[in-house]
Amino acid sequence: MRPFDYARAEAVSDAAKGSAAGATIIAGGTNLLDLMKLEVMAPERLVDINRLPLGEIEETEEGGLKIGALVPNADLAADQRVRRDYPVLSRALLAGASGQLRNKATTGGNLCQRTRCYYFYDTSEPCNKREPGSGCRAIGGFNRIHAILGASDACIATHPSDMAVAMRALKADVEIESADGSRRTVPVDDFYRLPHDTPHIETELEAGDVITAVILPAPVTSEQRYRKVRDRASYAFALVSVAAVVSLEEGRIADVTLAFGGLAHCPWRDEAVEARLKGQAPSRALFAEAADLLLKDATGQGHNDFKIPLTKRTMIAVLADACGLETGE
Amino acid sequence: MKTTLKVNGEERELEADSRVSLLDALRNHFRLTGSKKGCDHGQCGACTVMVNGRRINSCLTLACMHDGDEITTIEGLGTPGSLSPMQDAFVRHDGYQCGYCTPGQICSATAMLEEAKAGWPSVVTEDLESRPDLTDEEISERMSGNLCRCAAYPNIVDAIREVAE
Amino acid sequence: MTKTLTMDKPDDRRRLDHMAQAVIGKPLDRPDGPLKVSGTAPYAAEYEIENCAHGVLLRAATMGTVKSLNRAKIEALPGVLGVFSSDEFLRNPAQGMAGEAPVQGVGEVAYVGEVIGLVVAETFEQARHASYAFAPEIEPAGHIVDPEAVEPEPQDSEAVDQGDLAGAMRDASHSVDVVYRTEGHAAAAMEPHASIAVWDGPKLTLYGAYQMLKFNRKELADSLGLDEADVRIVSRYVGGGFGSKLGISQEGIAAAVAARGLGRPVSVVMTRQQVFESIMRRTETKQHMRLAADAEGRLTGLGHESLISNLPDEEFAEPVPQSTHFLYGGENRKISLNVARIHRPAAGSVRAPGEAVGMPVLENAMDELAHAVGIDPVELRKKNLPECHPETGIPFGTRKYAECMDEGAKRFGWADRNRVPGGLREGEWLIGHGMAGASRVNMTETAKARVTLSANGTATVETDMTDIGTGSYTVLGQVAAEMLGLDPAKVEVKLGDTDLPPGSGSGGSIGASSCGSAVFLACEDVRTQICEALGCEEADLTLKDGEAVTGNRRMSLADALGADELTGEGEFNPGETSEDYAQAGYGAYFCEVAVNSVTGETRVRRMLGVYAAGRILNEKTARSQCLGGMTWGIGTALTEELVHDERNGKIVNRDLAEYHVPVNLDVPQLNVVFLEEREDAACPIQSKGIGELGFCGAAGAITNAIYNATGVRVRDYPVTLDKLLAGLPD
Repeated sequence: MRPFDYARAEAVSDAAKGSAAGATIIAGGTNLLDLMKLEVMAPERLVDINRLPLGEIEETEEGGLKIGALVPNADLAADQRVRRDYPVLSRALLAGASGQLRNKATTGGNLCQRTRCYYFYDTSEPCNKREPGSGCRAIGGFNRIHAILGASDACIATHPSDMAVAMRALKADVEIESADGSRRTVPVDDFYRLPHDTPHIETELEAGDVITAVILPAPVTSEQRYRKVRDRASYAFALVSVAAVVSLEEGRIADVTLAFGGLAHCPWRDEAVEARLKGQAPSRALFAEAADLLLKDATGQGHNDFKIPLTKRTMIAVLADACGLETGE
Repeated sequence: MKTTLKVNGEERELEADSRVSLLDALRNHFRLTGSKKGCDHGQCGACTVMVNGRRINSCLTLACMHDGDEITTIEGLGTPGSLSPMQDAFVRHDGYQCGYCTPGQICSATAMLEEAKAGWPSVVTEDLESRPDLTDEEISERMSGNLCRCAAYPNIVDAIREVAE
Repeated sequence: MTKTLTMDKPDDRRRLDHMAQAVIGKPLDRPDGPLKVSGTAPYAAEYEIENCAHGVLLRAATMGTVKSLNRAKIEALPGVLGVFSSDEFLRNPAQGMAGEAPVQGVGEVAYVGEVIGLVVAETFEQARHASYAFAPEIEPAGHIVDPEAVEPEPQDSEAVDQGDLAGAMRDASHSVDVVYRTEGHAAAAMEPHASIAVWDGPKLTLYGAYQMLKFNRKELADSLGLDEADVRIVSRYVGGGFGSKLGISQEGIAAAVAARGLGRPVSVVMTRQQVFESIMRRTETKQHMRLAADAEGRLTGLGHESLISNLPDEEFAEPVPQSTHFLYGGENRKISLNVARIHRPAAGSVRAPGEAVGMPVLENAMDELAHAVGIDPVELRKKNLPECHPETGIPFGTRKYAECMDEGAKRFGWADRNRVPGGLREGEWLIGHGMAGASRVNMTETAKARVTLSANGTATVETDMTDIGTGSYTVLGQVAAEMLGLDPAKVEVKLGDTDLPPGSGSGGSIGASSCGSAVFLACEDVRTQICEALGCEEADLTLKDGEAVTGNRRMSLADALGADELTGEGEFNPGETSEDYAQAGYGAYFCEVAVNSVTGETRVRRMLGVYAAGRILNEKTARSQCLGGMTWGIGTALTEELVHDERNGKIVNRDLAEYHVPVNLDVPQLNVVFLEEREDAACPIQSKGIGELGFCGAAGAITNAIYNATGVRVRDYPVTLDKLLAGLPD
């Protein structure tokens, strides 16, 4: 960890100004400090936002929830309103990390988690995400946890968050305050970038931006599921995860949002897949067709080829469960 | 830089590099070596302490971020001659072997019972809206952030179950 | 006078059974427990040493010849006291019981991640930062890292070619001819390797995390060109070993070299990544199994030929077929072990070297044969138990293998299982049952101990033996308490310091039997002295509850001793019984798994292990050893796998987030049962090793259950979900 100047922000504007001047914002720090110890990230200045009043969950005028950026993952998962109205979010949070980490990791920080790519984590290896233009060793290397959708020749990393997958399925908005004091909201749908040839740029955040909240729209009557598939029973990153919000009316799928973890550089959503499902009577055959549509451009890297059938199988099972299909129906 | 921490009820001044993690502050500066470094990256749980009553990985936070915070370490829970109920249960149920993950397990378990009392769900909770029963599966899931390579897990679950009851 | 026993013949006196205190075997709590649970037991890096500087090891990211360390850049960084590297630095740790320096000199980088230097600074934070500025100039060498890309070296010590296996296979009514693979494993002890080196003139004290101090002292002295008498190692508490701390390792030498250079103590703790990259791995294996059987399932032939790997110049070769040699019959046998010399990190002992990976595969092959023959796997095994060692003809020591299987089958409800693979389903989950045998060769090692009995009714046990979580503090105290008639709370056990009499060290499951016997002998020595003081025969002396009874006299120890204290010394040596009897611990596992039919995720739902390992010295700590072993079985079967980058052999998953040791939720409540047994051929306390037995074969029971659940036979460990997907129902 290289030496850094440490400052505590007393107001969001302090943090924004600090960020504009090149400081890195630290909240829970569970990912940032992990990376700083390895000098994968080596900021010269840290601005600590933990004392800012961004730790509340409030109801919005629209009937949704405004989740302060500093709300710990544990609190968000345990919030009665979240458990009742947004169970997919609660489930996703609880599927992530450990009890200790969830107590520290924050809502805003979780959105900004960096990839777990082994080569990104090893500073002796080239990595376009860590050092733009240096190359990608994951391509041609061990790539079990890597992307099957949306990858580029520059980067095949995946986004490790569970929470962000649920946020995308819930069509949440990210509230951002900038150094000039302006505020904007960016839908999670638009918050992340695919790697293309700039994998070091992961989100729409710019210097001077501070995430202040994540806003959930008013809840809709729906079945919500989050299913995470991983290599051990707990405390492991997703190989594949599926978040589903499904509204059924008169035996048909009136509305559906699906988001996927473990497949791409960001939580993945494909509206064409949702369109294929909407208005249809649920059946495994339909779900299989939709999964094929989702995966039509999926490309394995060798070790991660299994994610293609695994995604299809998991997606079918999640939808079948959400739609109340019996086994084999 | 200067930081004041309330460690096990006692105010302690830390005058150190801003890079010092809370774990290294405890171990290297305050000589409280009960909190262990197993991975230094939040992947094993051996460094678990309670900050303001909540369990966290002390390796993944900076000491300077905790000015004024109340830190409870294993040394604050009990001493060899006066063990806390959880410490005592770990001894009786052989909830350890080498002992290196043990302080983290015990801090984690102690705080985890408070989380369960507060009605927090876990990923294995069937019904998110009800108060979860602390079944063996619930205990195991909630303790999965604490690796034990000796694998005393069944004994750890036994010890925690006993204290919970 | 030291009481010495060399095991040239079985000791059937069974003296521990005839003592009066009745504490041996009891499930007593660990005396070191209160220190461990309160965080006050000191591990290697935790000794408070004045003026101690902090070192961080420097790794090479490229194989080849080191041209320059480029020290200047690092030395200019704040707080840096120096960059150290020397011909004394180790390429890799010493192998277990080497007793001499391993390959030294780090000018030629033999594997990615090799430690080639040390940076020392005033603070850990400064040293860590400086370590990332390390940019040595290395002329790359294109070493081979694929074990199948080189011609392997056969290990003659394991080779057996008896009869005509090819002919037996040809003539067999039923046969199995399959290739299994297992991936490399990391010991991943929770405490990273750590040393503090303190010099006092020519004398070096190393506070380290080591398993076998009498060997480690020699290795350290040899590595540094010191007289052994000038070296002291202290390892009172060791945060897990599992083989990874058998031999002196890089951080110990580096700390000593730097402390010598700086004239002040230096502490070096490996990062978790460095532990993964530069400490011994268990080799990957490729195992060709052949079983030939007659119509009833009697083995006529058995082949077990393995390919393993190691670095050049490393003598250790994972003894994959170690138990295959004797577990089952079959007159036509071909067993071989072949080492590929490649440039992955050094391979060495990781818990139960040999059986850890050889037994599950043997037991998978037996399961395949049981299906081929159409008989119960338990019956197949019982049918093939040889009368004597099938290769050497020597008799077995105690062998309750069949009893373990029978007892396990009964307790588990084995007879009621579904026998049709893939035939039992609960919702999304496919349920399966499997069993496997456990076997681990039993070994002992020379050990000395000193026991002092005081007139106040307390005793002290001293040996340089370590307790790496195994329960040495507990069982050695229990042996002494039994022999001397004391409440175990009155016995203090001092371990982990080379100033104490040299014990066996912890490794190969030798510790409890070897050091327990040394303590037993030292107590016999004390008892003899009491008899002399009282003028009675040993047979007439009863010690119980701090009192001595002989004939009709009952007296306090103060009166019996005739002195303030009596000191006895014991020395135990392995002898001819090691050659005269095929000694092993045995057991059987029964397991129920659930495999998710959608995702291929496997969960172990219940597992039973029944073991016979001679006398159980403490039922509680022995059970914990077996819980640990069975959990290692879960890891081996399902999650653990060192991944090497095909391009340079580098360990890709070098941390605890990506190398998946089982977590609490992976492990159900496990059942452990011990059968009563006394192994007179092993040692005078009739015990056999238990620390590894509980792991040997465990993974096989789980993978056999996966086959029963799914009908998919995965011959490539670990059985991660991707290997099952294609065979699962849609």
